[in-house]
Parts: sequence; C-alpha cells; structure tokens
Amino acid sequence: MLPEELQERLQQKIAAAPRPRELAIDVMFAVQTHYGFLSDAALVEAAVMLGMTPLELEELATFYDFLYRQPVGRFVIHVCDGVVCWMFHEGSVFDYLCQKLGVCAGQTTADGVFTVLPTACVGFCDHAPAMLVNGVPYGPLTPESIDRILEKLRTEYCDLVVCR
Amino acid sequence: MNSLPEPILLRNRREDRPATLDEYRASGGYEALAQAIKQYTPRQICEMVKDSALRGRGGAAFPAGLKWLGVKEDAPHPRYIVCNTDEMEPGTFKDRVLVDADPHQAIEGSILAGYAIQAQRGIIFIRPSYEQGAQLLERELEVARQAGFLGKNILGRDFSFELDVHRSAGRYICGEATAQVNAIMGHRPHPMKGVHMALQGLWGLPTLVNNVETLACVPHIVRNGPEWFRGLARTETGSGTKLYAVSGKVNRPGVYELPIGTTLREIIEGHAGGMLSGGEFKACLPGGASTRYLPRQFYDLEMDYDTLKAVGHRLGTGAIIVYDQHTCFVGATLNLMEFFARESCGWCTPCREGLPYIRDLLWRIENGEGKEEFIPMLRQMAGHLAKSYCAFAPGAAEPVISLLTYFTDEVREHISQKGCPFKNVQKPRPHLWYPPEE
Ligand SMILES: Cc1cc2nc3c(=O)[nH]c(=O)nc-3n(C[C@H](O)[C@H](O)[C@H](O)COP(=O)(O)O)c2cc1C
Ligand code: SF4
Ligand code: FES
Repeated sequence: MLPEELQERLQQKIAAAPRPRELAIDVMFAVQTHYGFLSDAALVEAAVMLGMTPLELEELATFYDFLYRQPVGRFVIHVCDGVVCWMFHEGSVFDYLCQKLGVCAGQTTADGVFTVLPTACVGFCDHAPAMLVNGVPYGPLTPESIDRILEKLRTEYCDLVVCR
Repeated sequence: MNSLPEPILLRNRREDRPATLDEYRASGGYEALAQAIKQYTPRQICEMVKDSALRGRGGAAFPAGLKWLGVKEDAPHPRYIVCNTDEMEPGTFKDRVLVDADPHQAIEGSILAGYAIQAQRGIIFIRPSYEQGAQLLERELEVARQAGFLGKNILGRDFSFELDVHRSAGRYICGEATAQVNAIMGHRPHPMKGVHMALQGLWGLPTLVNNVETLACVPHIVRNGPEWFRGLARTETGSGTKLYAVSGKVNRPGVYELPIGTTLREIIEGHAGGMLSGGEFKACLPGGASTRYLPRQFYDLEMDYDTLKAVGHRLGTGAIIVYDQHTCFVGATLNLMEFFARESCGWCTPCREGLPYIRDLLWRIENGEGKEEFIPMLRQMAGHLAKSYCAFAPGAAEPVISLLTYFTDEVREHISQKGCPFKNVQKPRPHLWYPPEE
C-alpha cells in the first residue's frame, strides 16, 4: 500500500485535473518512485486512483522506456547507444560498464545497486559518449570516469531525479 | 569566422545557469507579449508570423503562420497549444540548450501562440531525459504566473491562459504531433492519420503543436517585425536564425545559433572548431537521424530548407552529425536502423516488419555475410517504408537510401571482402555485451 500522505497528494492532483487520464504518466512515475518499480500490484493501485483499468495502464507502462515493469537497482543507468555515442565507442562504454558490473544489458547487479539499460540518444550528444544515472547526465565518458562515477554512487548519497 | 554573430535566441545563454526573469526582461523579454495583448488582434499576430516566413524547426519545416491561420476564428473552444520539447531523435539536443539557457523565452513564445489562436491552455511536452529542464520550466512558470504573464486576465486584459509541463516517459514516436496528442491524453501514443489538428487535436478540439525553437522565435518577430526576421537569413527564401546542433567528430560540439543559410563549411570549420585531429570530413547527417547523408561535395552548401531541398536533401532539425573518414557507413546506418526498429510504435506493417528486415540485411553485410543481391533488396525495402502509416518510417528510410546513393562502393567492399574494411581502424561494436561463457 502506498503511504497515506502520498495517496492523498496524488488524489488531490487527480481531483484537480480536468481529465484524470492526463495524469497517467505522472501517477505511474510517483508510484514507481515509491516502490522502485511498477509491480502488478502497484499498477492496480495507480489504476484505481486514476479510474482506469489496469490494462489501460499496462498499455502505457509497457510502451515507455522510463517505466519499469520489473525490479531495478537503486541506480538505473541508461546508457546511450545513439549514433553519436556509437562513433566514440572505441573501447565501448557499454562493454566496459557491463564488464565492470558483471551484468549484461537489462540486468541488475547481484547487490541490487545498478541496472544497466541501453537507451536511444539521451540528448547529450555534445557530451558523447553519454549516460543517465537516475536521470542525471554524465559525459563524455571514459573507462576512468566511469570508475569514478560508480565509486561515487556507491559511497555517497545521491538525490534521485527521475524515477528510480 | 570564429566570432559568432549576435545571437537572438541564445542571447542570454551563460555558462553556469539559466537566465532569470529579470535578465530575460532586461533583454526585451515579455515586451512582445505586452505589445501583442495591447496593440494587436490575435489575427494580426498570426499574419505577422506568416509574413516572417518562419518555418517549423521540429523537422517538417511547415510554415508556422499558415498553421496558425489554420485555426479559424469561429473554431470551437477551448483550444490548446502544445510546445513540443520532446526531441528524441539521435543527434538532436538544441531544444535542451534553448530551454536551459532562457526558459522564459520558450514560455513567452508559448503564451503568444496561445494568444494568436485564442487558446485557453498550453502544454509543454518534455522527455524524461530532460527532467532537469522540466523542473526548471515548472519553477519559472510559477515565476511568470506571479508576474502576471500567465493565468487569469494576463496583464490586466481579457486574455486568460494556463501553461503547464507534461512529462513523457520516453519514446521517440511521442515527438510526432498526433502521437503527442495521444500521449498527453493518456492514450497509447501511436500517430493518427488524416487528423486535422487545427480542428480536432487534443480532446477533439483545435490544437496547435509547434517545436519549442519555432515558438521561441515568435517574441522576436512580434517585437522587431517580420521583415527584420526575414533579413536575418543568408538565403533569399530563408528567414531567421537557426540553432545548429553540431555533434560527432568535431573539436567543439555544441549548439551554434547562426543565420539560417550559413554554409556547412563555416559551421564545421569556423564555429565547431574543425574536425578532430587526424579526421577529415566524410559526410554528415544535416538534420538528425531521419535525414540523408550529406557528403563532401555539399561542403559549401547553404544550410537552409530550400537549398537542401534543391539537391534532394532535408534540413530536418538542423542537428548536424559529423562523420570522419574512419567511420564505417554500413556500421553507422546499422546503428540508426537498430534505433528505428526499436522505436517503431508497431502500429503499421511496413515499419514494424520492414525495419528489422533492413537492420538484418545491414547486420549481415557488416559482419561478412553480405551478398550482392542485398543491395537491390535494401533499396526495395527502403521503398516500402514510404507506404507506412506515419512519417516515422519514411524518415528511417533516408539514411539507407543515401547510403546506397553515395556509398555503394563501401557497401560492395564489405560484401567482396566478407567483412568491414574499417574493422582495424575503428571497431563498431555490437551494442549488447554478453558475459563470456563459463
Ligand atoms: C517520428 C517523428 C518524430 C518527431 N519528433 C519531433 C520532436 O521530437 N520535436 C518536434 O518538435 N517535432 C517532432 N516531429 C515533428 C512533429 O510531428 C511536428 O511536425 C512538429 O512538432 C511541428 O512543429 P513545428 O512546425 O514548429 O516544427 C516529429 C515527427 C516525426 C514523424
Ligand atoms: S510508421 Fe512506424 S511509427 Fe509510424 S505508425 Fe507505422 S509503425 Fe508506428
Ligand atoms: S547519441 Fe548519445 S546522447 Fe545523443
């Protein structure tokens, strides 16, 4: 169950919207941020609040990149595999990151800290190769800078920007 | 050549932070809104935009004024405007820079569009990667509201307008105007064919969708006049400046605001600091992933809509992706097709089935399994993409078509050598890494 305070806040927002359905993404983001991902139960909770069927929400949840229907780590790394970053992939950032963390695309590290997801251009092509960690952009990446970033994330508190 | 001409849209850009309301106002910000509301009828604003010859900066280059005038005076209410800040095409990042530099400019442009078509509500649609931009806009929208530029009876007149941010959860097709309308309404964002947005957009009511760069030009047009705006261009039929987003193998990737019609050579060698050392210009994609490769022979071409059209190309978004001589174009096109195949919304068959097919042919060619007959097959499949439901698939076909136009020799070399001739120069790796088998 969502905490009462969060439920109230979302319900107020929904009541104020001309049409609740407009808020489908916002509500799913909020629920996802709370639970870490959108489980079946979480999806049902969101659907009830919005007055939509779970299937109607599922249609959306499975469509978008930044809604996670499976458990993810505390940090979700969206690595850009757009064409500009690809150009700088000598010694591929993606390979390095995956090897370093011992996962392949779409997987979460055993300690539940990092999930690595390939993502289309994240809009920081002037800093290629680039990635987003919980919505915060990093680039241009090198194996050394990746080491530093991962270390920092492991040891320091980091504010969550988008989802989880 | 290195000094930038006076920027217009990026006049308030600073290294460290976005411009504040005061800074925006000090540079003339919100004067246009006051003028518009006090001196001009909504129709006059539409006419001004039409006279300025402003064309849509979101890729399709549709004349903005014509689109605005398409919302008839007796059209039903409420009406809506959408400020398209989705920008998910690989290589594009100008809208991010534009919003981050001067959020109030995007806001004023949106309000002016709202006034021009007498809309009640505006929505800024923004992608999740730009969450920082979304939060900035939300904060500054509140500032604008406090200052009386938004809300009821703006500047004491009888025009009321609300503007808010709609977050997307990230999918390229949401940038397409009709898909965006579905996305905002909370429906699965597939495009809609044959829908006339000026009549039936959001919730079946008149809706205007414009790119944020298009809207950002409007305050300047209202303040300085359409003729001034046309005069900014280097070409006869062009107008205004353009945010050229340069990326790839150049020394200074970034967004450069230049008169529209600046030549490719000037943009790359002057503003973007030339090619990275050891690199030579081989070709670029002039306007994001869904345009055609523009090879060396067009280095001195003026980068404008009509000049590119005259040589069979499109300026698209003006996101210039620069490739050097070490780039394998089969590999680059394969990367683009991976993107398009993954992002296809799946609604129609030519796109959903055709793109993976093209990707597989390119994959085989790149990996030494290519055959001569793949070339006509690629051509045919790229041709089929034109039969799709929306403009996504024809856009995806552009790199393939131009690969076959300009770089057939390179494709053939892959086939005859049974592999990528660039393998030792630069290694285009597969995207997904799998752990070595135990
Ligand atoms: C697949 C696809 C993706 C698009 N993505 C965007 C986008 O991210 N931003 C944008 O402004 N226009 C995008 N467009 C163009 C829009 O459909 C529409 O033409 C544009 O937003 C209108 O604004 P403008 O006339 O000011 O350019 C896209 C079009 C297609 C076919
Ligand atoms: S062309 Fe592609 S993106 Fe457009 S409707 Fe068809 S499947 Fe969807
Ligand atoms: S291609 Fe990687 S950020 Fe744009």
